[in-house]
Amino acid sequence: MHASGWQAVAARLFPQGHAIVEVKNFLSGTATVGLTTVAVIGTTDHTPIGVEIALAQAHAVLDAVRNHPKRPILILVDTQGQRLRHRDEMLGINSYMAHLGKCIEFARLQGHRVIALVYDQALSGGFITSGLMADACYALPQATIRVMGLPAMARITKVPEERLIELAGHSPVFAPGPENYLKMGGIEAIWEGDLASLLAQALTQADPVDRRSATGHLRGGRKLAQPVIEAVLAAGRPVAASTSPGTAHDAAKPA
Amino acid sequence: MMQQQPIHSYLEANARERLQHLLDVDSLEEWLPPSARVTSPHLAQLDAPVAFDDGVVVGRARLAGRTVFVAAQEGGFMGGAVGEVHGAKLVGMLQRAIVERPQAIILLLETGGVRLHEANAGLIAVSEVMRAVLAARAAQIPVIVLIGGSNGCFGGMGIVARCANIILMSEEGRLAMSGPEVIETANGVEEFDSRDRALVWRTTGGKHRYLLGDCQGIVAESIEAFRVAAVQAIDACLAQPAALTLAALDAEHLLLSERLVRFDAAADPLAIWAALGIVDVAAIPMLEADAFMALAATHRLGVPA
Repeated sequence: MHASGWQAVAARLFPQGHAIVEVKNFLSGTATVGLTTVAVIGTTDHTPIGVEIALAQAHAVLDAVRNHPKRPILILVDTQGQRLRHRDEMLGINSYMAHLGKCIEFARLQGHRVIALVYDQALSGGFITSGLMADACYALPQATIRVMGLPAMARITKVPEERLIELAGHSPVFAPGPENYLKMGGIEAIWEGDLASLLAQALTQADPVDRRSATGHLRGGRKLAQPVIEAVLAAGRPVAASTSPGTAHDAAKPA
Repeated sequence: MMQQQPIHSYLEANARERLQHLLDVDSLEEWLPPSARVTSPHLAQLDAPVAFDDGVVVGRARLAGRTVFVAAQEGGFMGGAVGEVHGAKLVGMLQRAIVERPQAIILLLETGGVRLHEANAGLIAVSEVMRAVLAARAAQIPVIVLIGGSNGCFGGMGIVARCANIILMSEEGRLAMSGPEVIETANGVEEFDSRDRALVWRTTGGKHRYLLGDCQGIVAESIEAFRVAAVQAIDACLAQPAALTLAALDAEHLLLSERLVRFDAAADPLAIWAALGIVDVAAIPMLEADAFMALAATHRLGVPA
């Protein structure tokens, strides 16, 4: 996607207008959805998430919490992942990313609805503390979402790259497309068509409880996560005592 | 302090040995133990071996009489990396804590982060663990992380660790995000020489993390020392709210903002330690835990977790 990609997406999301600015690949500002003002944060041009940009995003979230109680927050995701530099590690990049994640969590607990949209790329640590921290994360059809490129994954796992490419063709665990994350519950839905009304709908449907493992189970993309959670919740208890918060599953036993 | 008990190396022990010596005798009730044979559904297609506990022990126990929920990652199985089942065991334990309300949750983390063999499922699993840790804190259950295994605590789990109330590390423990090999592969040996053990230790090791304020205690390299420190950490946590507060997030924001300004030009942790006013920075690696803590007390940065 070309450099002004976020502007095309913003135009589709916010036909009523927006005041989002880009500074060094960091997006922040506000936009209008129906009668609601939303706070927008995000990144552009697949930028790696380093300590500065993680802190800038956290700052914007804290600003919304402090000055605009309950204002919904939209995270526009486009990143190649965490920045791979010695300096970032020395300064404790995991602390900066955790700080961002905690700020988003705090906003959620204070009544802010948090929606994310992967409009281009999402990868690894940059995704865990952005899109995957939202109440619900959506993606555009052409988005790519992955943990790591297959060549690097082959090097680390010592599994031949040809084998990974073959697996990526049919295994939702290895393929980078958003439809696999949809099946596994990591993506709530893939947005096509009228982005403005899809966003408005997402804001009304947003749910602060993490139901991704149950969703992944229902959609068949992650068959064991939810049964294992329920088995741990029920372990050593009388059979009927299922207490899984926010789910209405049978206390299925893993195979 | 007199040593009343045999000393067991935390570094050399496996996950189950750590729990055996950390917790009160015979107090661990494990959920989904190896006999349940709940294994990864993804490893077979890569012809990779499975573990009957998927590399993590979860359960309920007592620690110096206090009721705790625990998890211990096994670094000997795929580097402690988080797959679908491994992550779900952690999430189940954390959710159960909200129901049963132990006095604390103790996480013995030793992990490279996402299990790449389970790629997408592992990434979502780590995210679910992160949200579950924060949900437990929101329910006022304190979360305490122990790091002292040879694989360190890396990747997404390095983020999860910093979502806890307290992190305790040995000086051999390492806490970071991307491993030195990954950085060297991406940006060259000039960027980060992964074979320079001293540099790797200075950058990711417990003492540097403590001086920066990213962990709350350095303990000696024994399971017994971790036990003593963990009990103190539980009691410290019970004296204050476990949940996130705006005041704590503001303080953390200030700490992290000032760190960028103050150490912007530092090329090596040694320069950071010197900037903190430590005169003999070369002596830092040699100091025992107690001597280091005494010296660091007047130099370290940090805020209550």
